[in-house]
Amino acid sequence: MNRIVAKEEFSQNPSVKMMQIEAPRIARKAKGGQFIVFRLNETGERVPLTVADTDPEKGLVTIIFQEVGKSTMALGKLEVGDCLADFIGPLGQPTHMGDFGTVLCVAGGIGIAPTHNIVKALKANGNKVISILGARTKDLLFWEDKMRDLSDELYVCTDDGSYGIHGLVTKVEQELLEKNRETGEIGLVIGIGPPIMMKFVCKTSEPFGIETLVSLPTIMVDATGMCGACRVTVGGETKFVCVDGPEFDGHKVDFDEMLKRQGIYLEQEKVAVERYQHGDTCGCCDECGGDK
Amino acid sequence: MAEEKKVNKAKKLPRHPMPEQDAKVRAHNFEEVPFGYSNETAMLEASRCLRCKKPKCIEGCPVNVKIPEFIGLIADGDFLKAAHKLKETNALPAVCGRVCPQESQCEALCVLTKKGESVAIGRLERFAADYERAQGKIELPEVKPATGKKVAVIGGGPAGLTVAGDLIKLGHQVTIFEALHKTGGVLVYGIPEFRLPKAIVQAEVDYLKALGVEVVESYVVGQIETVDELLERFDACFIGTGAGLPVFMNIEGENLNGVYSANEYLTRSNLMKAYLFPEYDTPIVKGGRVATFGGGNVAMDSSRTALRLGAEKSYIIYRRSMDEMPARDEEIHHAGEEGVEFLLLANPERLIGDEKGWLTGVECIKMELGEPDESGRRRPVAIEGSEFVVEVDTVVVAIGNGPNPLVPSTTPDLKTNRWGNIDADPETGATNMPGVYAGGDIVTGAATVIQAMGAGKIAAVAMHEYLSEK
Repeated sequence: MNRIVAKEEFSQNPSVKMMQIEAPRIARKAKGGQFIVFRLNETGERVPLTVADTDPEKGLVTIIFQEVGKSTMALGKLEVGDCLADFIGPLGQPTHMGDFGTVLCVAGGIGIAPTHNIVKALKANGNKVISILGARTKDLLFWEDKMRDLSDELYVCTDDGSYGIHGLVTKVEQELLEKNRETGEIGLVIGIGPPIMMKFVCKTSEPFGIETLVSLPTIMVDATGMCGACRVTVGGETKFVCVDGPEFDGHKVDFDEMLKRQGIYLEQEKVAVERYQHGDTCGCCDECGGDK
Repeated sequence: MAEEKKVNKAKKLPRHPMPEQDAKVRAHNFEEVPFGYSNETAMLEASRCLRCKKPKCIEGCPVNVKIPEFIGLIADGDFLKAAHKLKETNALPAVCGRVCPQESQCEALCVLTKKGESVAIGRLERFAADYERAQGKIELPEVKPATGKKVAVIGGGPAGLTVAGDLIKLGHQVTIFEALHKTGGVLVYGIPEFRLPKAIVQAEVDYLKALGVEVVESYVVGQIETVDELLERFDACFIGTGAGLPVFMNIEGENLNGVYSANEYLTRSNLMKAYLFPEYDTPIVKGGRVATFGGGNVAMDSSRTALRLGAEKSYIIYRRSMDEMPARDEEIHHAGEEGVEFLLLANPERLIGDEKGWLTGVECIKMELGEPDESGRRRPVAIEGSEFVVEVDTVVVAIGNGPNPLVPSTTPDLKTNRWGNIDADPETGATNMPGVYAGGDIVTGAATVIQAMGAGKIAAVAMHEYLSEK
């Protein structure tokens, strides 16, 4: 159960990795936009990750993660053949599907992973898809080929100009939406990536009056609607990302509140990472060599 | 006349207190508060029971435990048999002996209460169950021949565990589907270690497994498989998914950092063991000044957990007075002993935060009690202009839970009421869907462990009948 059958490192700094997990039921059931929760071991926390791809026939679920905290670092240490204590899903609502005409998908960094699974579903539903992929630098870009195969048009941006268009994804988004004023073919924008990026994807699309969906990576515990850790304000109302989302109308999301809530455990996360990397120290002077 | 004599004898022998950890010590650890009776004390306490011919106590028990019989066995020193007697009707005696509100159920009806104090039924129940577990001699009851019928139990909480225990003994094949990674429902995520050690819940679940119940954890019914899909491979379903939807106050500032639902606060601490961070990975805000809103058992659990996590101040803020508090007397008493401060007749109006989004205080308004409302309790009325601010860095909202919508929302044919609770016949647990039964908090709204178990018992009888006719 929950065995890792494939692993690939996409980039080293920061470390982004891909894993395929044997989870046949989830692979059959998960739809674009849904997520899973993993727990490494008995002392592990419950961590949500949006599904990047599924292979229902082989019973595999693909996840892509950046090593940002102790749990993702420890996950990255596991190898093919290892098992996760828990791999729970699918969770959350699938992306609302329909014929939207043309959908503009803006994916930044690790956000390319969930976007891939959504684009797959959009294409299966007969939509035309224009994708914009963004990364800080060329080395951090992944799955360009997969996204190119799925998309009708694809643009790649890097912040430092090391590859593709030099600039932010919102620059291309702005240009495409300007052009769209005449054709009016784009019926939906989907923006997935770091919260700041999503906020600006929404700011860019708002004057054009085009519905924009974002997928929110909030903190969760049970991820079944029970605890409310993931609550966000959408259009003045409190929503639970785990059961009402993870996707919401980005023009109504209170991103500033969400960003603050993302930081609740920053201090504890530092302690956990410190302890993970340097052993069980008190973290005060570094002189005990990890004995205390 | 003879009865009178016995009553007098019992009166002379006072109800035996249960030794417990000193309040000052236990307020800083997560170990269980009471230690339980010794063999001698248990026998003495059991000898107070009058063995009434028409025992009233049984009527007060939602699962009709044969109280005088098991107490009689304790009085005779046959502790193992007492435990077996309990298990004839109650699958979770070690749990019930700890968390049942006996004072308003079995013990409230004990004849001795008229002339003094009731027999300590709950403490004796706990004693017998603990004795059996400590002996390591868990006797498995006889299981009826296999019927070939398959039952899916959705939710591994008190209701589901009861249904599973009863139906497996009747020869049906039972599978429990639990959404979380540990089975037990509120017994593992909600009730803290210091009130119900998790090893005890695990032992009860292991007992069911030994009886043949299959337990599938981390399986979110409604998502991975719907009830309709389950019905294709099971002959009947029981839905016991509980009241897992936290209710917030809907006041300004509720999404500030440092504001928790009781569900989140307790789940982090209990299920995820955040009190052992960083040994365990899940963090929790260890507040210095914590306020818990509400006056029920969950509020007591939260405020006492806050102390154990290191809070210097732990307040209960409740809009009525001590008399109206729904929590058990014992819990209120324990909380007070440990240093929880009660701010009564006060209602939170607004939460105040700093520019970084962290909670700094709660503005409350003073209340006074007016005429009784539909619950029979005097309605609290705000006193105009009486606002005051309590400085806190953590708030736990413990004002109740709604029904978890995951199963009802993915079962289109299932009838629910306007609050989202499943409509189930109180006599049988039957829903409007053939073969689908429900019980516990998902039907009644947030109630007690034993009420959920009572609903499970009722449903198990009806389900057995349904399966036998099918």
